[in-house]
Amino acid sequence: MSFLGKLTLESIPYHEPIIMVTLAVVGVIGLIIAALITKHQKWGILWHDWITSVDHKKLGIMYILLALIMLIRGFSDAIMMRTQQALATNGAAGYLPPEHYDQIFTAHGVIMIIFMAMPFMIGLMNLVLPLQIGARDVAFPFLNNLSFWLTASGAVLINISLGLGEFAKTGWVAYPPLSELAYSPGVGVDYYIWALQISGIGTTLTGVNFIATVLKMRAPGMKLMQMPIFTWTCTWANILIVASFPILTAVLGLLTLDRYLDFHFFTNDGGGNAMMYINLFWAWGHPEVYILILPAFGIFSEVISTFTSKRLFGYSSMVWASGAISILGFIVWLHHFFTMGSSANVNAFFGVMTMVIAVPTGVKLFNWLFTIYRGRLRITVPVLWTLGFMVTFTIGGMTGVLLAVPGADYVLHNSLFLIAHFHNTILGGAVFGYMAGFAFWFPKAMGFHLNERLGKASFWCWQIGFYVAFMPLYVLGFMGMTRRINHTDNPAWNFWIYFAAVGAFIILAGIILQFVQLYVSFRDRQQNLDTTGDPWNGHTLEWSTSSPPQFYNFATLPHVSDIDAFTDMKEKGQAYQRAQKYQPIHMPKNTASGIFMAACITAVGFAAIWHIWWLAIVGFISAFVLFLVRAYDSDVDYYVQPKDVALIENAHLDNVTANLTNLARG
Amino acid sequence: MFIRKLSKAALAAIALLLAGCEGGVLDPKGQVGMDEKHLIIVSTLLMLIVVIPVIFMTLYFAWKYRDGRDHEIYAPKWAHSKTIEIVVWLVPVIIVIILGVITWDSTHKLDPYKPLEHQAKPITVQVVSLDWKWLFIYPEQGIASVNELAFPANVPVNFKITSDTAMNSFFIPQLGSQIYSMAGMATKLHLIANEPGTFEGISANYSGAGFAGMKFNAIATPTADDFDAWVAKVKQQGSPLNVEQYKQLAKKSENNPVQYYGSVQQGMFNYIVMQYMHPDSNMKSMGSMSGMEDMEGMHDMGNMEDMKGMDHAQHMQHMQHMKDMDADQTHSSTEQSSIASGEAE
Repeated sequence: MSFLGKLTLESIPYHEPIIMVTLAVVGVIGLIIAALITKHQKWGILWHDWITSVDHKKLGIMYILLALIMLIRGFSDAIMMRTQQALATNGAAGYLPPEHYDQIFTAHGVIMIIFMAMPFMIGLMNLVLPLQIGARDVAFPFLNNLSFWLTASGAVLINISLGLGEFAKTGWVAYPPLSELAYSPGVGVDYYIWALQISGIGTTLTGVNFIATVLKMRAPGMKLMQMPIFTWTCTWANILIVASFPILTAVLGLLTLDRYLDFHFFTNDGGGNAMMYINLFWAWGHPEVYILILPAFGIFSEVISTFTSKRLFGYSSMVWASGAISILGFIVWLHHFFTMGSSANVNAFFGVMTMVIAVPTGVKLFNWLFTIYRGRLRITVPVLWTLGFMVTFTIGGMTGVLLAVPGADYVLHNSLFLIAHFHNTILGGAVFGYMAGFAFWFPKAMGFHLNERLGKASFWCWQIGFYVAFMPLYVLGFMGMTRRINHTDNPAWNFWIYFAAVGAFIILAGIILQFVQLYVSFRDRQQNLDTTGDPWNGHTLEWSTSSPPQFYNFATLPHVSDIDAFTDMKEKGQAYQRAQKYQPIHMPKNTASGIFMAACITAVGFAAIWHIWWLAIVGFISAFVLFLVRAYDSDVDYYVQPKDVALIENAHLDNVTANLTNLARG
Repeated sequence: MFIRKLSKAALAAIALLLAGCEGGVLDPKGQVGMDEKHLIIVSTLLMLIVVIPVIFMTLYFAWKYRDGRDHEIYAPKWAHSKTIEIVVWLVPVIIVIILGVITWDSTHKLDPYKPLEHQAKPITVQVVSLDWKWLFIYPEQGIASVNELAFPANVPVNFKITSDTAMNSFFIPQLGSQIYSMAGMATKLHLIANEPGTFEGISANYSGAGFAGMKFNAIATPTADDFDAWVAKVKQQGSPLNVEQYKQLAKKSENNPVQYYGSVQQGMFNYIVMQYMHPDSNMKSMGSMSGMEDMEGMHDMGNMEDMKGMDHAQHMQHMQHMKDMDADQTHSSTEQSSIASGEAE
């Protein structure tokens, strides 16, 4: 065994021009960013204020930044797949050989779900949830920092696979026996395993952290049934995370044993049983879908009730509907493989249970409708995303119920109909929700507004692009086209394949417009400052803080007696009140332990992928030592003195008063 | 009755929409596929009862209650109505109950494992997914073919399906249901073609680099005589398929042409299924046959019942025979046939 394990110069894919050009572009962009940071002397700020920060708001922003970067990567994969399929009709080979195309669709799935949607969701949750419950931070701020860096660690590993070795060629589910050594001898599946394993542990820790936060850190007076609806849906999602992610950890662990130590859990030979993996994978995978969508449901609820200037209709119905979805989400996993040959009773049971989920979901839709009813709906960017979602997701829900009928699934399973369905729900549901949340909370997080016109233009590109890209896939599914094929030879399909490719480019325009929007909004930020902290006339406590909120969130903890706590305060004239005297505020100190530990864990993952055992041992011991050092470090907190708090608060409240007077005059 | 009429209208609409799209799930040529298409249409119509009003209400409410229309009633604190809550829970519940009953019923009726009720005597085809092609074995005819499947129209076909590689899914979209093929076990599928024709068959589960080329033609011959003619052609043109040749065939290859085997060593399918059963088998060696002893622990889906059909004495004798054979290290085809006597045929 050589010093670098399986790693050699041959591991770099020189012969793949697409990859080499991509790497060169990424390298150049990285150098430019590094040069800019050096020029503006921002390395110190980057390190002290961001990388080592334990502030939930900054971690939230970093999660969302990670999600946006991974969106670019995942979407590049999507564009490549659509163009490949459009070029490889009538038996043509296209420009991507199978060994490359197969990595692309695997990477697209893994990146979009694990490294785009999850960080986006967790980022918004980080940003908003502690503010909504009137807390100064999460229960375990350092753990929160570590969770982020573990997620980033997974993202780093999956992106290293682009330039060193290969990624898995198994599809994002990595079903054995295909993902076993016998059929996937390369390092691709190992990248998959370690990237998911490390980020999955980060996610589990996040779940634990936020459950503790909502249970222990709510503002005085806030009962569980007075928590804002977004906090509630996130709480259900966190319960799902804690209950389901360990299953993923275990199943990946078993696959690791198969691949590294010649075990036979899922192999064809030696008494292995791949069906076990498929069951376990979806026992995590299906709750995962609800982990993604439930917080999005919460965002839509917040957006609708804020922009109709109305209370949310059926709050308790919403809470219990989310709970019902969470619990039912655990007993439907088998609908992912009705075609495995289970008995009719088993298939019928899981089919019916799946349909039952449509009931609480339908209730949610009606509740949003009746929130709009007799309201005053301001058509802003977050509202457009929400309306787009309500129409799109309804269609996705319908096709989902159709797939839950085993008799229909027997012919639609694994077809492009399925692809259209889950993009209809994950993109048209979860991602539209994150986009709504992004536009909704952006002024809160950054202190200035996003450009509304570009936001609307981007929305329409996404919305129209979505229909153009995915409706043809429903048709192709009916026409018998299955997923993951890299070329086709059926003239009847061509029109729809080209059609879908056009849609992908319309979505691309939407994404480009979003980045233009970010640039323009940043450029013009001085004209669009959010000086009151309450740009939308919000209902919940996050809007009672300045934008961006002070690092301690609340100078005095608010006392809550209503679901719409801030509306309640505004109505009672209790908003923006100056305290006579402030108390010292207990705050956690920033720490570099998180990124150092995650760096060591990344090294362990990388070493395990390439069988560089000395590095794996060194990395693991280093991570453990760092953990011990951190565990015995007692210098982790400090107090913000009342006079400093008074200074900050008075400056903000002066600003607010001036603004409110201006508003009253104008 | 209403639903049936409505479904016919919708059918016409969909047919119009997909004009020119021959083949596929909505153009079924067999009873199973037709039932499934009908099920898809009925379920969709049922769901549209909720879906259309929701989409309409979303757009209508967003328009009617948009900001600036001050003449509309504005009720900022109105957030609860028992009547509305009851209706919005009840309507989806009723639809899901109806759909649930349809689902329960249709899932049992369309169970891929259930033999089709038909006066004609079914024929059996054993299906093996390989890297990256399909092998079809006809135990009754003693022939085999690669990437071409033939059977008479209007005769039920009983498929027994396994894999000698990663998992695939055996699927002929125009005939109906698909079922996974998995190594070390045999799954079942029952299909029929109600009219003659050539239908595209695919693997509907990704299995590696050559997956896109795993296509075959499923030929439903107009009469039994035509099928016999096809069998005769295979017999005449084909070489024999024994274990040696099977191992050659099982090697990785892409976009395989159609191949015929005029004779097949008896018990070939069971050999393919059983080769993974020995705990420390050298995967594809004949020695692995002694792994039959592990039958009790085997997670087989189709084969198991055949084995159970053997009485105990027969079973023991069978095992003894295999042990002898293992000791002899003989790999000739005659042993091969007796090994696989677990097969019902």
